[in-house]
Amino acid sequence: MAENCQVKFTEFKSDQSVKWCPGCGDHAILNSVQKAMAALGYKKEEVAVISGIGCSSRFPYYMETYGFHTIHGRGSAVASGVKVANPELKVWQITGDGDALAIGGNHFIHTIRRNIDINVILFNNQIYGLTKGQYSPTSKRGFISKTSPFGTVESPFRPGELCIGARGQFFARCIDTDIKHSVVMLEEAARHEGTSIVEVLQNCVIYNDKTHNAITDKKHSTDRTIKLEHGQPMIFGKEKNKGLMLDGLNLKVVTIGEEGITEDDILVHDAHCDDITLHLKLADMEYPEYPVALGVIRSVQAPVYDQCIEEQLEAVQEKSKIKSFTDLIHSGDVWDVE
Amino acid sequence: MGKRSKVIERDEVVVRFSGDSGDGMQLTGTLFSYTSAIFGNDISTFPDYPSEIRAPQGTISGVSGFQVHFGHTEVYTPGDYCDVLVAMNPAALKANAKWMKPGGTVVLDVDSCDEKNLRKAGYETNDPIAESKLRDYNIVKAPITTLTKESLKDMGLDNKSILRSKNMYALGLVYWLFDRSLDHTKEYIKKKFAKNQLVVDANVKVLDDGYNYGNIIQALTPSYHIHPADIKKGKYRNLSGNVAVAWGFLAAAEKSGLELFLGSYPITPATEILQELSARKDLGVKVFQAEDEIAGICTTIGASFAGNLAVTTTSGPGLALKGEAIGLAVIAELPIVIVNVQRGGPSTGLPTKTEQSDLMQALYGRNGESPAVVIAASSPTNCFDYAFYAAKIAVEQMTPVILLTDGFLANGTQPWRLPNMEEWPKIEVPTADVNDKTWHPYKRDLEKMSRSWAKPGVAGLEHRIGGLEKDEHSGAVSHDALNHQRMVEIREEKVQKIANVVPELELLGDEDADILVVGWGGTFGHLFTAVDELQSEGHKLALAHFNYIKPLPRNTYEVLKRYNKIVVCELNLGQFADYLTMNFPDIQTLRFNKVQGQPFTVIELKEHFKTLLEE
Repeated sequence: MAENCQVKFTEFKSDQSVKWCPGCGDHAILNSVQKAMAALGYKKEEVAVISGIGCSSRFPYYMETYGFHTIHGRGSAVASGVKVANPELKVWQITGDGDALAIGGNHFIHTIRRNIDINVILFNNQIYGLTKGQYSPTSKRGFISKTSPFGTVESPFRPGELCIGARGQFFARCIDTDIKHSVVMLEEAARHEGTSIVEVLQNCVIYNDKTHNAITDKKHSTDRTIKLEHGQPMIFGKEKNKGLMLDGLNLKVVTIGEEGITEDDILVHDAHCDDITLHLKLADMEYPEYPVALGVIRSVQAPVYDQCIEEQLEAVQEKSKIKSFTDLIHSGDVWDVE
Repeated sequence: MGKRSKVIERDEVVVRFSGDSGDGMQLTGTLFSYTSAIFGNDISTFPDYPSEIRAPQGTISGVSGFQVHFGHTEVYTPGDYCDVLVAMNPAALKANAKWMKPGGTVVLDVDSCDEKNLRKAGYETNDPIAESKLRDYNIVKAPITTLTKESLKDMGLDNKSILRSKNMYALGLVYWLFDRSLDHTKEYIKKKFAKNQLVVDANVKVLDDGYNYGNIIQALTPSYHIHPADIKKGKYRNLSGNVAVAWGFLAAAEKSGLELFLGSYPITPATEILQELSARKDLGVKVFQAEDEIAGICTTIGASFAGNLAVTTTSGPGLALKGEAIGLAVIAELPIVIVNVQRGGPSTGLPTKTEQSDLMQALYGRNGESPAVVIAASSPTNCFDYAFYAAKIAVEQMTPVILLTDGFLANGTQPWRLPNMEEWPKIEVPTADVNDKTWHPYKRDLEKMSRSWAKPGVAGLEHRIGGLEKDEHSGAVSHDALNHQRMVEIREEKVQKIANVVPELELLGDEDADILVVGWGGTFGHLFTAVDELQSEGHKLALAHFNYIKPLPRNTYEVLKRYNKIVVCELNLGQFADYLTMNFPDIQTLRFNKVQGQPFTVIELKEHFKTLLEE
């Protein structure tokens, strides 16, 4: 596909020098986004990249598209306004675990609930980086940081669970440095009509280095993650011999070839299934009990807010006798003074 | 129509309908005001209802009122004191007794005056008239409940529906009192209940019976005669301040050729603007009912970035929540209008009552040097004009504009002469020129100091903006110290330059006045009436009333410096007076402040001005 597109991925790079720390996972994500946009055949002028506040939210400055770096937590509200005002635009929102899930939690869930057609990339590094190292709403319980020197006493959000709980119809997960897979996830998100959430497990090299290492480290990642694909059996592991099965209402990890289990016993991933039960289970899987699910966990078609707005406007306008402001003021209770 | 025994000829009359919040007083008052307007009177109305949806029945806190002021001459306020009070229960009588004009008429539903209701209303005796010192008034003790039941007994309606028609009986009686036609109200009833002939018949019957009751008891009470007013010819309709704001934006969208976007969260007393625009899909309005106040303005900012005429509506507490985002619109230099329908504060305060105490919040309630244009409407119908001009200034000057109205303007109504939209100015959209090789997002029109609008979708104008300070010459992020100071000054200068397109301050009254009365926003009607009446009593006064607050009209100082005695009247503790002192330190002002959730009364203003005149 990349061969056919008009805009090369390098053309999506702006002239601004990128100011993230060397080694930050954000560099890789920027790369993935530019590659995905090129692969999607986007034109630069039809893209609006909207962000809130945080390290990741500097993103729009590095994109040679329309961009708006807004205020903390409000990126999805601004992006919603952009999309509703001009549904022709490809609207991408860049956010982080603090921006989306702490200060912007309300906008995050309501954007998802409305199912506005924007693509949200959620950089999850489980830390506040820009303010130099405080725990975030995705930091694990007991996490030590500058504001939790004795460990946090609160439970983290699981972004996938929150998204699906807010009636999200698209949720995917990928790893910052796995550009090839990330590009595919971003393309899938872009093609999905409605709000798409892509959680990128991102490494903050300065304040929370190697936070995802247990699963992202190349030595172990094939054993500790599972790349879900729609219609494919849920198999993972270096030997491709581990799989997921249902055990009552729970998932369990099994080994093919042991205890009489064959590939036919393994669950087949249905990302398009309307029922959220299995998607929630998959999104919530945590290492070491389970492999962490990567890939498109959920992708279901549902009415899209911005499209519904347009349809309703058309339907009402077709029927109404009021075609102009002057028509409006002359309608109803009007009297003459002679 | 029978011969009238006693007729009072009057230039103007104030009628207040008052009852339990479930008694339908708002509808009764609205129907009465329509009929008066169609008759040709000038009118001004104001509803006064509790913030509870259904406060305990029969209590003073549950009293809901609707006041109509109509006249043979122009009227500028809904009136202070009533000539006629319709009280559907003792609580309504008790709550309004102090607002009666000496010698006025009280129509009281005596059926409601049982022991239980009298105690609930706080009367200690069984003679509420005496207890409220209303003995010298014309009291029409009408058994409205009994008569309504009697009127409808053979219609086959259930008791609840019958009791619900009491208000139409009272309305019929009031129509008799003012010799008004029942036609418009009957038309309304027929339309409203078109699907239920029984309800139509019942309401029409009680309305007629109420009217006839007036005819029968006429020996007991005077009727009022108010001739039509001498009003400019044309087509009219009744308009409330909130609907006027919504319509001002619709007109601005048409005149600018932009799509209209509203991002808003329901809040009293601003919600009606959101409701009105939600219903205007026929005119292509995109309305986004947001999850909170912040999303209300942030979606608005997004829509503005994308090229819509974008507005958000709120009241004081909501403006507080929107503060940070207004700052974003200031630094991003995007056009948006923020409507603040002021109410009593701080915090939740008095949600259904009026106040002018958000002026300083509108001017300064943000972090950093964050100048925005501040405009205030001063009558229900000129909310249309100022919403239109707020949008025009926002778009043409690329700036957020805060439009202040208040609960009094928002819910008050006046007859509105339908404008000929061809006579209204165009709104010029400062679209960025794609052929300008030197274009960057912060390149300015040096006359206005404003930037251009480059809307996403246009190839060649891709750009990034945001809340970080930008370089004056390239629009790139800049932390340079001197550049920041320069940009701060430019943003202020841009707003100040708008004084060039704002009309000069108009002086109403005597050039050589002994007192200059100064006001702003929603107090105009009361201030003007007080000044006007004192002038006709031979005093020398003038009124300078402000609609443009930031920037101030360019002749403000010139006007103010001519007077030795200036009294700034406002419904707060003196915020505008402070603002004037800040701007013009050598101008000394007196203050007249009221913070009771109520408008000024003309009487209290006149008394105060008279005292000042004597000093």
